[in-house]
Amino acid sequence: MHFVNRNLANPKQTSNIGMETTLSVEELNKREAEFDAKIAGGKTIEPKDWMPERYRKQLLRMMSQHAHSEVVGMLPEGNWITRAPSLARKAVLLAKVQDEAGHGLYIYSAAETLGMDRSEMIDQLLSGKAKYSSIFNYPTLSWADIGAIGWLVDGAAIVNQTVLAKCSYGPYSRAMLRICKEENFHNKQGYQIMAYLMRGTKEQRDMAQDAMNRFWWPALMMFGPSDTNSPNSADLMKWKVKLNSNDDLRQRFIDRTVPQAEAIGLRIPDDKLKWNESTRHYEFGEINWAEFNQVISGNGPCNKLRMKQRTDAHNNGAWVREAAAAYSAKKAASKK
Amino acid sequence: MSDNNHQWPIWEVFIQPKNGSAHEHAGSVHAPDGEMALLNARDVYGRRLEGVNMWVVPATAIVASTPEDVGPFFDPANDKMYRWPNYFKTPEGIKQIS
Repeated sequence: MHFVNRNLANPKQTSNIGMETTLSVEELNKREAEFDAKIAGGKTIEPKDWMPERYRKQLLRMMSQHAHSEVVGMLPEGNWITRAPSLARKAVLLAKVQDEAGHGLYIYSAAETLGMDRSEMIDQLLSGKAKYSSIFNYPTLSWADIGAIGWLVDGAAIVNQTVLAKCSYGPYSRAMLRICKEENFHNKQGYQIMAYLMRGTKEQRDMAQDAMNRFWWPALMMFGPSDTNSPNSADLMKWKVKLNSNDDLRQRFIDRTVPQAEAIGLRIPDDKLKWNESTRHYEFGEINWAEFNQVISGNGPCNKLRMKQRTDAHNNGAWVREAAAAYSAKKAASKK
Repeated sequence: MSDNNHQWPIWEVFIQPKNGSAHEHAGSVHAPDGEMALLNARDVYGRRLEGVNMWVVPATAIVASTPEDVGPFFDPANDKMYRWPNYFKTPEGIKQIS
């Protein structure tokens, strides 16, 4: 692993990384107790603070996955930039996709404070070692899919990220605050696309419903496996990296989204969906976890395409990086 | 993978949210030099009128105190309570001094 030389947040300067082996058991226990007390007291952990190696590793895993998801998420939507139905829609979609690039960069920047260089995270993505959200392995077949993604996928992301904004790691929490402010635009533009289509011709309404049918269940899967089957949940909850269970957040998303669908005349593709007056929540049908497992293990409809597109984008951008480096070197030389 | 995968240095980005306020840390970018760091920072941290001025600083140029030293580093303030105005009792009947 290469470490970033970074004074502001340089883990190399602290006793954190690689020191656990040299700390005595008593010292380690003392630090871990202090760390636990800090978390229990609602304080944030900052890059130079001592942290257990497992906390650092879990955060790096989560944050790099999150950053990769933002970046890979540009691909299904980018698919429609050249075919947006009007110039105004194109401008909005471009701004939205640019935001996703920005979100990826906020989170990579925050993840780098944990001591891993961004290039190493990107290598892990391109080599298939790191994962990204399963939702982006589904194709965008019609313009309505852009509406469904903004409304449902970004809507699900907002539910997740609003909670992550209160997580215990300072840089991650601050990146989430910034992202949450911007996601609301994504969510609203998606819902507006769906609402317009639902006021249109029968073909347009069918197109919106078809997008709904294909994206509803994958959007529910975005919250991850059920709590009984989520291997990392217990640690993450203890450390306040996660504050709610996957199932709680999924329920929150369903409860807020169903009325939005009804308001514009979209049907939720779930025969078992019904409002429970006593729990004040919607009941819903069984999620197809076999499909979820297939998609995260690389066998979704677009996994291979996404990785190819991402690798091509990286390689096709090589000349930009070379040009920028050459320009910078030339400028430095002319100053001498 | 191409051989230009090496990372450029990190620049920390500070934004002045509005005229008259202090610059605040926003995040960081990678760039080969300050000029490009500023352009990248504008694209990443300034898409929505976030401020009126932006600084980029090489991350290596920032020297920071360490969390372990928080006690000794900030402690001297502890036994100098007279630095706070409420240390001083105001005679009765005086409404306001400053």
